[in-house]
Amino acid sequence: MDNAATTQIRKEVLASMEPYLSERYGNPSSMHKLGLEANSAVSESREKIANILNCGASEIIFTSGGTESVNLAIKGVAFAHKKGQIITQKTEHHAVLHACEWLEKNGFKVTYLDVDKSGLVNPLDVESAIRKDTILVTIMYANNEIGTIQPIKEIAEICKKRKVLFHTDACQAAGYLDLDVKSLSVDLLTLNGSKIYGPKGIGILYVKKGTKITPILHGGGQEFGIRSGTENVPSIVGLAKALELAQKEKDSEGKKLAKLRDKLIAELLKIPNSQLNGHATKRLPNNANMSFYGVEGESVILMLNEKGIFASTGSACSAKSIEASHVLLAIGLSHELAHGSIRFSLGRQTREKDISHVLQVFPKIISDLRGMSPVKT
Amino acid sequence: MKEKWFYTEKVKEHFFNPKNVLKTGAEAKAYSKKADAVGQVGSPVCGDVMKVWIKVKNNVIIDIKWQTFGCASAIASTSVMSEMVKGMTLNEAMKVRPADIVKKLGSLPAQKIHCSVLGDQALRAAIENYLSKHGKKTKNN
Repeated sequence: MDNAATTQIRKEVLASMEPYLSERYGNPSSMHKLGLEANSAVSESREKIANILNCGASEIIFTSGGTESVNLAIKGVAFAHKKGQIITQKTEHHAVLHACEWLEKNGFKVTYLDVDKSGLVNPLDVESAIRKDTILVTIMYANNEIGTIQPIKEIAEICKKRKVLFHTDACQAAGYLDLDVKSLSVDLLTLNGSKIYGPKGIGILYVKKGTKITPILHGGGQEFGIRSGTENVPSIVGLAKALELAQKEKDSEGKKLAKLRDKLIAELLKIPNSQLNGHATKRLPNNANMSFYGVEGESVILMLNEKGIFASTGSACSAKSIEASHVLLAIGLSHELAHGSIRFSLGRQTREKDISHVLQVFPKIISDLRGMSPVKT
Repeated sequence: MKEKWFYTEKVKEHFFNPKNVLKTGAEAKAYSKKADAVGQVGSPVCGDVMKVWIKVKNNVIIDIKWQTFGCASAIASTSVMSEMVKGMTLNEAMKVRPADIVKKLGSLPAQKIHCSVLGDQALRAAIENYLSKHGKKTKNN
């Protein structure tokens, strides 16, 4: 029930990678047999991904993952333009927000748009934020915490009309939504392997031909000079396989998970003082983010863990963070409700019986924690 | 089911089986009538609220009960504190600090200590409450 942070690698994906982790260990830059073997594996994977994205192979840049792709897109465009304004929004992943904040410290202007209470960006807000010096708009395809799907096509068309580059972080969307860069009208698009049952540490940045972008990693000139470094051959092969499978199965998988997810939400909303966070319909089919007033998320997560159920929380008190989720605060949740937030993100392996198991144990966890709380709910 | 656990085993023990806790609002209401004093600290906005009730005889804490809204370390630390101070004199109990509680729990991640180990403050609030009811001043604070 925690498939948004990362996913389990698929057997087919692992099998496709294995030869490149052992006997086919060549460096794609070498001119001998091993090198050529590796080189053609990279080329074939690039072709495969380009077909899915409906773009040219030379527009696919392999990187070390979503964070690097986002950094390359944002900083690469910024450096290529030397100065100017970037437009983004408040529920972006930290990779986007922190890259933008860093650019602000280095002379660039950044506008962080508000979202409504379901987490949606209003395309008209994007339009009115665009100025003469705007160089890039970067808005995520779908949110990792609340699953809200942004109207990126509309936003991209506005950018096109205003001659501003548009980047979208599509990491969460890749398993469920359309990735045709022509129909989406995007200039840059970030994807990674670890969210689609592929390997970690691999991502791509789609860079539309002719886009002004400066590399952030310099070296041997791999990836058309945009991203130096010896290609991660096994992971590139694995990413191509994972993306191929994810896109082939996206409709059937989405339908199946939405049904399970809707049951989970409907039943959990029967708990008094509970609410769904995010948009009712414009949301990823595997995402259920809910708040339960009067409980603290980490306690809930750890009690679920003991029952073999893995979920996550936007609470400030979650074991590894002391800040409440910026996404939940941006959609207007109070700190109390952010503390009581639980995210279930379903995945390929989620079954009806798993949902039933959650429904069996969850209400008692909430009532036990509320019972021992001195705060009245 | 045995799943991997983020905190120490001692935290786990107290989180899943908290000692001296009042499990429901009804239990809390009933106990508050018997208790000699009560103290509360924290706020739901910060994510942690502790409430501690004590019974005192001859300047000794003879019983302590508590309720907590908060994370696992908040629950576990209040629980272990309640075991530590039962039988202490008020003066001894006033000296209990987060470091003593953390030591009993084995350890806690650094970032959790200042926000979740509030049981000692709630206890001191309860002792102050007791002393003010009985017209005394604290010696240590």
